[in-house]
Amino acid sequence: MLKIFRDRDRYLSIILVAPSILAVLIFIYGFIAWSIRVSLSKWKGLNPDYTWNGLDNYIGLFSDPRFHVDIRNTLIFTSVFVIGSIVLGFLLAIMLDQGLKGESFFRSLFLFPMAISYIVTGVVWRWLMNPATGSRTSGLNLLFSNLNLDFLQNAWHTTPTWGIAAIALAAIWQMSGYTMALYLAGLRAIPGELREAAQIDGATELQIYRYIMLPLLSPVTLSALIILGHMSLKVFDLIVAVAGKQLPLDVPAIYMWQTTFDGLFYGRGAAIGILLLLSVAVLIIPYIRYTLKTETQQ
Amino acid sequence: MNIRLLNKNLLYIPLVFMAIFYLIPMYIMLVTGFKSFAEVDLKTMWNLPNGIHFDNYIEAFSKLSPSLWNSFLMVIPATLISSALGSLNGFILAKWKFRGADFIFPFILFGMFIPYQSIIIPLVQFMSAAGIKGLAGLVMAHVIYGIPITTLTFRNYYASLPQELLEAAKIDGASMLGIYRHILLPISAPSFVVVLIWQFTSAWNDFLFAVILTGNKQWPITVALNNMAGSQIISWNVQMAGSLLAALPPLLIYIFLGRYFLRGLLAGSLKG
Repeated sequence: MLKIFRDRDRYLSIILVAPSILAVLIFIYGFIAWSIRVSLSKWKGLNPDYTWNGLDNYIGLFSDPRFHVDIRNTLIFTSVFVIGSIVLGFLLAIMLDQGLKGESFFRSLFLFPMAISYIVTGVVWRWLMNPATGSRTSGLNLLFSNLNLDFLQNAWHTTPTWGIAAIALAAIWQMSGYTMALYLAGLRAIPGELREAAQIDGATELQIYRYIMLPLLSPVTLSALIILGHMSLKVFDLIVAVAGKQLPLDVPAIYMWQTTFDGLFYGRGAAIGILLLLSVAVLIIPYIRYTLKTETQQ
Repeated sequence: MNIRLLNKNLLYIPLVFMAIFYLIPMYIMLVTGFKSFAEVDLKTMWNLPNGIHFDNYIEAFSKLSPSLWNSFLMVIPATLISSALGSLNGFILAKWKFRGADFIFPFILFGMFIPYQSIIIPLVQFMSAAGIKGLAGLVMAHVIYGIPITTLTFRNYYASLPQELLEAAKIDGASMLGIYRHILLPISAPSFVVVLIWQFTSAWNDFLFAVILTGNKQWPITVALNNMAGSQIISWNVQMAGSLLAALPPLLIYIFLGRYFLRGLLAGSLKG
């Protein structure tokens, strides 16, 4: 009787998860395979065309000046955003770790931007980073001039080459609080005795953070690097909302969207999508393996 | 000791400075929204309003209310369905392992991180071939692509519960669904809150799926707001008011349930 029950439950468990597993299999892995197939085809125009095209779409991208701009922009954006968020997040976490009054107020304040859509923040930053000059000066540039900090005025996202770094600034605003929360959780998990022992040995607060906390927090830094890094590879809505779709601020995700849905170059669009997937996979797959390994060790 | 205390209080200077940095966009959104049309001028954008006016909000709401409604209509079923699925999947993957469960899990996990650009062409093709249009398609996309994160959150929670909890019930002859229904479900509230908040926020804030899968009658708020911002006719003050309307639902959830939001973030810190 018990055995029948158990067998029934075993089948039932498979039946219950089957739809989800099937959905993941089809809508994620099946669709990736389908995209790869599109990226190897000559499909251009509204009607699907699966004529074999080899790697031509990929080769074309690597000699495409627009894609070069995309790669440069992605590199600048990723470096500024990831380094900025990690440094800021870490500093905020240390400051909030001192047991000051009002800690939870500051914590919620630094974290709230994460709840808001990139489109909303993008629309607001678009006005804050208004590059107009002279009598039409507004936004942060106007604020700087009101505060007699004129030297801080700049062209923001319209700066040649480095304009994308201004967008990264808005992204730092949005995600540094999240990085702070990760570090704060990491700091709280470090046993207090360690810190006390170091204090008794005469270590200064700075030395404690530099030589004890920072090394112990390296798993947090790794997580933050990977999470922020993969987000910056996919960045899309924020740029669209701040600046629309302009060539100087182009990134792979925008190029993919425009070439596919506006230009109907499906083959090329799919190739960009797959290249994005590969770059994310290089970051994420080792991370998943590492996480699952530490999980089984615990 | 006194020097230490003094040093510590000095930290308020950078903290307050940072707080101002985080509040600047909120300040400009709120202040602009409450100005009357007559006061709106880019030159005085940093000034406080000379009274509380609702002109901008009324104007923004009249333009955005259909898409706000669309967002609710889409987000609520998407959130509920994907949370229920995640709970069931998490339970089975954590406590009722079938052969291959551990093999499947990393593949589900990876699905959380994929750039949607790598599946969007097949998704559009599939939706149009299957005749799934507008909000229904959007709900479906959020449910399916939400499976990895919801499953992970519940699995981690259920895996942290002691196995003895189940063993006793098994010996008493409880069936799998009985155990789920009577033992795990009643103590799943914390995970449900986390997942509901997460799914609500990400579906509400999504732009990519929305812009590709819906036409202008079904636009959710993010798409409508972005188009409003791109248009030359609608002035920036109305855009600011519209931004606040679009930010409000997730912001309210954050303000009232922020505790759970943070806990979920840290629990599922895998996901960005």
